[in-house]
Amino acid sequence: MSTVPTTPSARKTPTARRPRTPAHTPTSTPAGPRVPGGTGRRVLLVVLYLLLTGIGLLYLLPFAIQIVTSFKTDPDAAANPLSLIPNPFSLDSYRRLFGLGGTGDAVPFSTWLGNSVLVTLFITAGRVFFDSLAGYALARLDFRGRNLLFSGLLTVMSVPGVVLLIPKFLVLNQLGIFDTYAAMIVPLLVDAAGVFIMRQFFLSVPKEVEEAARIDGASIFRTFWSVVLPMAKPALITLTILSFQGSWNEFTHFLVATQSPQYQTLTTGLASFVSGSLSSGTQYPLKLTAALLATLPVAVLFFVFQRHFVRSANSGAVKE
Amino acid sequence: MSQYGSGSGSVAAPPAPPGGGGTGGTGRRARRGSASGIKGRQGMWGWLFVSPMVLVLGLFLLLPIGMALWVSLLNWNGQSNPFTGAADFVGVDNYSNVLTNDGLDRTLFMTSVRNNLYFVLLVVPLQTILALALAVAVNSRRIKGKSIFRTIFYFPSVTSSIAISTVFLFLFQGSGAVNALLKWVGITGPKWFTDANGLVWTLLGGLGIVDPDKPAAALASNGFLGLSWWDWLSGPSIAMCTIIVLVVWTSSGTYMLIFLAALQDVPAELEEAALLDGASRWQSFRNVTIPALRPVIFLVVTLGLIGSWQIFDAVYVMSQGAPGNTTLTPAFLSYTAGFQDSEYGRAAAIAFILLAIIMVMTLIQRVVLRDRDKPVRTGRRFGAIRRRAS
Repeated sequence: MSTVPTTPSARKTPTARRPRTPAHTPTSTPAGPRVPGGTGRRVLLVVLYLLLTGIGLLYLLPFAIQIVTSFKTDPDAAANPLSLIPNPFSLDSYRRLFGLGGTGDAVPFSTWLGNSVLVTLFITAGRVFFDSLAGYALARLDFRGRNLLFSGLLTVMSVPGVVLLIPKFLVLNQLGIFDTYAAMIVPLLVDAAGVFIMRQFFLSVPKEVEEAARIDGASIFRTFWSVVLPMAKPALITLTILSFQGSWNEFTHFLVATQSPQYQTLTTGLASFVSGSLSSGTQYPLKLTAALLATLPVAVLFFVFQRHFVRSANSGAVKE
Repeated sequence: MSQYGSGSGSVAAPPAPPGGGGTGGTGRRARRGSASGIKGRQGMWGWLFVSPMVLVLGLFLLLPIGMALWVSLLNWNGQSNPFTGAADFVGVDNYSNVLTNDGLDRTLFMTSVRNNLYFVLLVVPLQTILALALAVAVNSRRIKGKSIFRTIFYFPSVTSSIAISTVFLFLFQGSGAVNALLKWVGITGPKWFTDANGLVWTLLGGLGIVDPDKPAAALASNGFLGLSWWDWLSGPSIAMCTIIVLVVWTSSGTYMLIFLAALQDVPAELEEAALLDGASRWQSFRNVTIPALRPVIFLVVTLGLIGSWQIFDAVYVMSQGAPGNTTLTPAFLSYTAGFQDSEYGRAAAIAFILLAIIMVMTLIQRVVLRDRDKPVRTGRRFGAIRRRAS
């Protein structure tokens, strides 16, 4: 938006706001103009609220139905898909997922969960460390080939992941690590978008601090590790959350990196369970419970750290 | 470059043009000329720092592309080593089989392209308009509870696509929640996931203009690239519509955030000036807000174009290409050609054609966004209005 002339923000015009809306919590937008026709605007406002609430309900309803259905029995879910009260209330799905009995076959849910936790931990740790290392070097260290690497990074960022399905399998197979944890984890240990985010952050850190540290004789790694990295906390939190969300929800890579059931994660396991068993009965409460539990960690993270999600959506939209 | 670093005003930082990094770098290097003693050390440390990135991205992003390019020229079933003579080198046969030679391979590929084209045609406008409408509504200064609405609309975007697809599978089943809702308003919903009929012919059939079950002879007997005109013009199938709804529902939240950030950069005084000049709210939106948002609208549209050519997860969970191949997309076709039919050459060729399609979209985005940084017409228009306002 560099074409837009800088504008006096709300902070500079508090006088315009104060007399009109004293009870309002501070908002970042300045007050509107005084246009005649108060009743018309009030009607408009009510309509706007109704519309927003209606659409909001549409956005929430699928999740509400999902939660309610997880407590339903199979016949109840099939007969009353829309009802928001389970009748009878049943914990059968949860019991079956955690292998505590219940009717029907067990689902290897704990294997999926274990694998998801394992790969997510490794990938998140790897990304946070390696992305900041590379981001710092690209922003601050002077070395031959840096600009070339950075243009390469930008190019790589625009390669769509779906196109790499078959190619990735070919390489993993050729390297002899297909269908192992290494194949699941190693290719995701660095992500181009994360490096980009960290580089942009390090560019904004004032240089004087690290120069002082270097004059004091600290090595480059030490300067990075104990001086620069602690200052990068906000960016690191954003990167951690992004990486966690990305690896927890990752599907296509695990799909082409493994084939044995023992390596299934929540996403690949759920996908094969849901899409493969279309013929073998519906079992929707079970499927929706598994999906719900797979969503839960990211949902909790989202509600706690929403600010960081919003920031990442606005800084890394290139990631899609 | 600073606008990307601070993350304040810049909306959805587009990848900087490759030249951008260069200019920043040379400036810094010139300044650092005096401290050349450190430079040698920095060279070693620099490469050490980036080596994990170079290794991982090189091995699992660049190498795969090169290797797939080679495999796309082979007739290879995945069993032998593709670099020995065991696989036959067939040149561009894999490409011509899906693009020019008449046959099943081409019909399948063209069907997938048709499906994806209709998918894009519906998803991109719908999600852009919905996202913009939500952003404008949430941004309205008289709305309380903005953050609650923002949270609700954005939440689907952060959840797992597999989990969401599972939910939609339940909602859209024949006797599911959506059809139960439709029944309230007196509509008998279709059997969503088994209905291969095209939307266009179904709608026209509903109006009594054509009979969806009896294709018009002129359209059915002539064709283009292996598909009859009847098939080309059919529109997305009813089954595809469920995936369209799913994608619009999940992705509009992300784009809403991009619009919200941009809306906060639109000078409120411009809109006020327009209103004071007697413009209606709609006129002010149309003539002030929309032009100011034009670059962002373009960004969202191209991001949408790029994203919707990659639809895979939802297809995998909800339909696997069924019914009647009407939800088959190039990405999914590439996957099945490799992993189910063991025709890795064809799979890689399809992946490359898809890459070409997406690269074209990306290039258009980059070129136009680069122009965005130059002073453009909207800037002058702002100036005019500002002057009038003051």
